[in-house]
Amino acid sequence: MPLVKDGKITGDEFIHVADDAEVPGGGAILLSSTRFLGDPEALSRRAGKTGVIWPNNRDLDDLVPYLDRLAVVALVFPTFRDGRAYSQARLLRERHNYRGELRATGQVLRDQFLFMLRAGFDSFEVKKPADAEAFAITVKRYSVFYQPTGDGRMTALHRRMMLRHSESASP
Amino acid sequence: MYAYDELDRTLINERVEEFRDQVKRRLSGELTEDEFKMLRLQNGVYLQLHAYMFRIAIPYGTLSSEQLRRLAHVARRYDRGYGHFTTRQNIQFNWIKLAELPDALGDLAEVGIHAMQTSGNNTRNVTSDQWAGVAPGEIEDPRIWSELIRQYTTLHPEFSFLPRKFKFAITASPHDRAAIKIHDIGLRLHRNAEGETGFEVLVGGGLGRTPFIGKTIKPFVHGRDLLSYVEAILRVYNQYGRRDNIYKARIKILVHELGIDKFAKEVEDEWQEMRDSDTALTLDDAMIEDIRSRFTYPAYEKLPHTPEELKKAAHDPLFERWRKNSVSTHKVQGYAIVTLSLKPVGGPPGDATADQMDALADLADKYSFGEIRVGHEQNLALPHVAKRDLPALWNALDKIGLATPNVNLVSDIIACPGLDYCSLANARSIPIAQELTRRFANHETADLIGRLHINISGCINACGHHHVGHIGILGVEKNGEEFYQITIGGRADENAELGALIGPAVPYGEVADVVEDIVEAYLALRARPDELFVDTVKRLGVEPFRERVYATR
Ligand code: SF4
Repeated sequence: MPLVKDGKITGDEFIHVADDAEVPGGGAILLSSTRFLGDPEALSRRAGKTGVIWPNNRDLDDLVPYLDRLAVVALVFPTFRDGRAYSQARLLRERHNYRGELRATGQVLRDQFLFMLRAGFDSFEVKKPADAEAFAITVKRYSVFYQPTGDGRMTALHRRMMLRHSESASP
Repeated sequence: MYAYDELDRTLINERVEEFRDQVKRRLSGELTEDEFKMLRLQNGVYLQLHAYMFRIAIPYGTLSSEQLRRLAHVARRYDRGYGHFTTRQNIQFNWIKLAELPDALGDLAEVGIHAMQTSGNNTRNVTSDQWAGVAPGEIEDPRIWSELIRQYTTLHPEFSFLPRKFKFAITASPHDRAAIKIHDIGLRLHRNAEGETGFEVLVGGGLGRTPFIGKTIKPFVHGRDLLSYVEAILRVYNQYGRRDNIYKARIKILVHELGIDKFAKEVEDEWQEMRDSDTALTLDDAMIEDIRSRFTYPAYEKLPHTPEELKKAAHDPLFERWRKNSVSTHKVQGYAIVTLSLKPVGGPPGDATADQMDALADLADKYSFGEIRVGHEQNLALPHVAKRDLPALWNALDKIGLATPNVNLVSDIIACPGLDYCSLANARSIPIAQELTRRFANHETADLIGRLHINISGCINACGHHHVGHIGILGVEKNGEEFYQITIGGRADENAELGALIGPAVPYGEVADVVEDIVEAYLALRARPDELFVDTVKRLGVEPFRERVYATR
């Protein structure tokens, strides 16, 4: 499954560690939330990079205390129809100021890329290779956005206000 | 009218291109039907019994004559020459070809019409009072706020995959014509004690399998806070709405299971966290003003209250009959709002042919400043007609079959497409409606009966809003046969209520008889000739009706 990060297809340095496997001291790993919450203090302070896969029905409050020590938070789309992780993503970015990698995982398809990007995701475990290749074009489909999110894209309402200002400022 | 600017136009065109690409990928097999299904639903395309159905949004029910002509064009070029107006200010075409859909959308986009989010589990077309901006006594034009909500909910990155569909309705009049109490979020614009305008917010209304009347979650939300408050509701719903059972996924179930107080507290907590954050959705006056400035109103003339033309025409009883139930008071003296019945005797409710649409667009140009409205009752309206033009307009409407004098009367029936088109249906709706319009074709009898709304749904999904019909008819299936449950006493206005079952379900062939019996019982039971059917039911309850209707069955 290709990983798209910062707009490009890249290799994944993170290894999924199963719940019953031993956690290596070094190296970049992804853990389940259950495993991580078993010993969050130690796991978030290990030498290698640590990431957590957070299910979409688990309260983020349990994760928040460790956010600045995590390299990745991976949010889950069990099917593309289940949109809970969009809210989690915005909360992590906009309310809890999470600045690490925010990864979309599960049934991640082309036609969700832009929504995900706008919600704050910056890496994507993409289901189909063709979708991953189309990433760069797909996220340019739209140039107008109606709602403010933490992604910084200017909304139509704000652009109109700017336009009005420049109109009234010019002679 | 709301005039789209460059930004709105760009977004619609970008949506058309996106959909063109999605259709292409489906036709080439790159997308599975399961994957494509969600994508097409997000753009109003259903797979029905015989073909794809294409649902187009008419936000807050306002259309220009140019837009109506374009709908006629789509009906002719891509469909079978007619369209069907729905209970949610949409129009549907029933015979569209998938490969041609992107072109149809492209043609519509040229005049600022789209089909975004007219189906699927997202925020749907925002509906409002079809008399917005012209109704006397309105706080202000609710379409300004409808448009703000329309923009805010269009392609929302967080709320495009909700547990289930989500519908907004907005009213700004004391009399609710937008049925806000049966919507997921209902908004009533009003003034608080300080004279500021804001919204009473209702939540959790909806029909379907488990009907609920919406409950007030907050009595007053200032206009500038409307979007952030709505976002708080949507976020709570997105996270906690049920996804395990499609029948329990609407927000009404969440509100019901948590209780309105607990739900309100969840929303309030969320709102307090986010209302002033960086990305706050707080609207400043300039933004609201900008939207307001793009709604234009006609340059009305100063006209007499009762022009000569109207006095003369009053001698014609046919004109008078039509005027009495089709013409309503306008906020500007000398003008009137004219409702056009799409319920001809024997016709399917809500259908209009391409020729009718074109002719009506011409009449709108001539008599209504080029504007047409669409109401949830599946009728159309011309919102700015000079009263002196009423007789001429009536003649012209009569020629194109749009002057049936039955607005708000017993044959002004709301019905869903039912088994004739819909793959979910248990029973037919349209033929029941057609039969009823024949039974009550006598206008004298209809006048005598007075205001009476019949609503018909072909299954429990309740697209015909049967729960809130004064008489509600619901198609069910019993041992492979079409049966109908009949309720009475429902209403969708500011006093919204769910109807009560009058007795056991009856077979297809008996529905019209039962309805006739109910109406007869009402005529015998009403206290005065002007006591409306719903008021008689309210006063007496269902029992006396049940006795009379079922005594001989
Ligand atoms: S009420 Fe049922 S039959 Fe009628 S349109 Fe809706 S889903 Fe179809």
